[in-house]
Amino acid sequence: MTDTLVQFSTVAVYSAMAIYALAFIMFTLDLSRRVAVVAAPAAAEVAAASANGYTTVLEKDAPAEPKAKTPRYLRAAMALTVIAWVLHVGAAVFRGVAAGRVPWANMFEFTLTATAIIIGVFLAVQFWQDLRFIGAFVTGFVLIALGVATVNFYVDVVPLPPSLQSAWLVIHVFVASLGTGFFALGAALSVVQLLQARRAAGKAAGLRFLDTLPSADKLENMAYRMIVVGFVFWTFTLIAGAIWANRAWGRYWGWDTKEVWTFIIWTIFAGYIHARATRGWRGSRSAWLAIIGFTAVVFNFTIVNLFFKGLHAYSGL
Amino acid sequence: MSSPQSSEKPASDSYRPQGHYDAPEQQITQPKLNFVGYLRFFWRQLTSMRTALFLLLLLAIAAIPGSLVPQVSSDPNGVIQYKANNPGIAPILDKLQVFTTYSSVWFSAIYLLLFISLIGCVIPRTKHHFDALRARPPKTPARLQRLEGFTTRSATGDAVTAVAVAKDLLRKQGYRTEVYGDSVSAERGYLRETGNLVFHTALIGVLVTVGVGGGFGYTGQRVVVEGYAMTNTLASYDSFNPGRFFTDAALEPYSIALDTFVPTYEEQNLDALGQPTDFVANVTTTLRGGEPQKATIKVNEPLNIGGTDVFLLGNGYAPVVTVRDPDGNVIFSQPTACLPQDANLRSNCIIKIPDGLAQQVGMIGFFYPTAAPMADGTLISSYPDTINPVLSLFMYTGDLGLDNGQGTNAYALSLDNLTQIAGADSGTPAIQLRPGDKADLPDGLGSIELTAVPRFVSLDIHHDPAQLWVLLFAVLVVAGLVTSLFIPRRRVWVKAAQNDDGTLSLEYAGLARGDDPGLDAAVAEFADRHIDQLGLKVGP
Repeated sequence: MTDTLVQFSTVAVYSAMAIYALAFIMFTLDLSRRVAVVAAPAAAEVAAASANGYTTVLEKDAPAEPKAKTPRYLRAAMALTVIAWVLHVGAAVFRGVAAGRVPWANMFEFTLTATAIIIGVFLAVQFWQDLRFIGAFVTGFVLIALGVATVNFYVDVVPLPPSLQSAWLVIHVFVASLGTGFFALGAALSVVQLLQARRAAGKAAGLRFLDTLPSADKLENMAYRMIVVGFVFWTFTLIAGAIWANRAWGRYWGWDTKEVWTFIIWTIFAGYIHARATRGWRGSRSAWLAIIGFTAVVFNFTIVNLFFKGLHAYSGL
Repeated sequence: MSSPQSSEKPASDSYRPQGHYDAPEQQITQPKLNFVGYLRFFWRQLTSMRTALFLLLLLAIAAIPGSLVPQVSSDPNGVIQYKANNPGIAPILDKLQVFTTYSSVWFSAIYLLLFISLIGCVIPRTKHHFDALRARPPKTPARLQRLEGFTTRSATGDAVTAVAVAKDLLRKQGYRTEVYGDSVSAERGYLRETGNLVFHTALIGVLVTVGVGGGFGYTGQRVVVEGYAMTNTLASYDSFNPGRFFTDAALEPYSIALDTFVPTYEEQNLDALGQPTDFVANVTTTLRGGEPQKATIKVNEPLNIGGTDVFLLGNGYAPVVTVRDPDGNVIFSQPTACLPQDANLRSNCIIKIPDGLAQQVGMIGFFYPTAAPMADGTLISSYPDTINPVLSLFMYTGDLGLDNGQGTNAYALSLDNLTQIAGADSGTPAIQLRPGDKADLPDGLGSIELTAVPRFVSLDIHHDPAQLWVLLFAVLVVAGLVTSLFIPRRRVWVKAAQNDDGTLSLEYAGLARGDDPGLDAAVAEFADRHIDQLGLKVGP
């Protein structure tokens, strides 16, 4: 029974990866198509905006898209992402049922679940704000992560060691992966923001698709909103982890390598939030902080887990 | 900070028009600062946001070395090993306190400066916020159209009613309101700043309570073998780390006897055969003057007793070896806790018998709970439970080094002054014992018997008088953070102007104070609701 479920899970992961790859291609094609759209001046759109009278119309952050042309590649990319995500979530659920516990007890399972959450957050955020333009970044990142997980991190289903048998496994790790999801989107937006700032400064003349994306200022605001949510989750992760450490290891804080890096990440993002209120630190500098912060998150999960000696030795490798 | 003038260097050989003379180079006249003036200057610098941000990022960087190099606090053996492996750089790192990064002078300096900066920021803001809480919302600006979310509506009726309705509606939405003529000024979201102040103050609270807890608390470790007990006294601990303000009085007397230790190992799943799935220590606890009580200690389920938490951190085997002299008198008979070396609990045991035999005898034992021979004849352990237990002993005679009064490590045997008499190249094979087996010691020294193989647990006992306070402040940190980031602080104004034809022109606008993505929508929505409400009041 367990073997069958594990096989389901594996098949679902590989199928999801194949479809994410297609989605990634579609997202990329969409970005390149935007170059063509920019070339043709979007005059009709300007007229539509000025036709309104005195009453201010709520302007969405939608990129300048001629209404007549349906962004076909983009719609296909989003549809593929949704299909892949359903399979992806299915893979995580099968894995969890096969193991009889939450599917995030080792690095393979954590990657599987955390990437599903990243895509989940990416899809959910669309209802609130159109962030489809970072789809290429997000699906690309998730595809690489899943590839590394299935090839390098894969472990068979094994029972939980006593130290992981705690309700905090559900809370602490799940919230950590939620935080990771928001930080990933924040970093993606910050990368686009940096590109956009370069373009505004006349340096990235080749990247014409940027003209169809929101301005650097708007991107900064979006990234900030993602990251503050991520920061709250991260703070909670830190505290929940300390409470769990106090029960499992007998102290709430012991500067274990993983604790150190979680603290470093927290400090970097605390710096990011303060940077907004500091003269001379808004804009590209704070975008760099967001990117460094997310790099530290990835570093904490991969390098620290695998090569640093510490108590968080649950990779199963 | 340099003033703007100082950065403009007077260019003498420039391409300036002839006859143009730069102003004579002037010394910048800064106000002379006395001692207090300098103090004030440095205080301003320290409490500026720029400095706080700098310190915050510096703290992140300063924390990195402690994760690259083993720390005395979390991995003392790693430090010893690192020093042995890197004799060149270790003394330098030691001087720079890298092995104790998180209590080093430089790391402490950064976070203390950061917290001073924080306090210097929080205090004036608290005062300011306190004043703001009691102040009236500010006067309505003259030109609302310059503000965010500006929108207009028209209605019928009179301005006074319209303003009164707007005021009621705003109040219901949690705004403080103030009517200024034909307009109402409203502000909400004071909780945002309150949350922000709570967050920062709670961080200080965490730092202080962690310090207090570390100062008055203690941690101790003790190995307890099945059938034996430990008492909560200083002498009873194998290792003990008191806080700075610790006194013996803080040790509440109690005893914990280990009745049995029951591990459960995976037996079904072939991918995880022998992986532990549960550890249970069944203990009997006795408080001074109290009745003995049964209790269990598990991983993730510490025992709370006498103001301490008792954690189950490790386990292993403690074979009882009985050594007799040639006449059959028992010289030595006690359990020896053996250090587990791998997941299948292959364990190393050190036994020292300084007295009673013709010579001092030292033994290095290798205990295999489930012994299995490799192709080359050496043993490994293939399962962590005792299915086929074997104790293999190397024997040494000579000077154990116990007589010079210096403390020695009970878990290590210094071979400097010892001669091997059994095992390896000594010519005599290692002594192999199963439970109940007896064997003669080489050289007619006597005999040895493996009497029993009980298990041991290593317990960690912690006393931290401030840990609930740390938790409380940590909860406040999260609560403060959430309110400070997600409660919008905004001002809203509604202005009514009576037109000549009897209609009303209503203007609405808002002002965000801090990040407030929903402001425009909120103003528009308010305007619609206001019009609806007016319609009900005035009638068609």
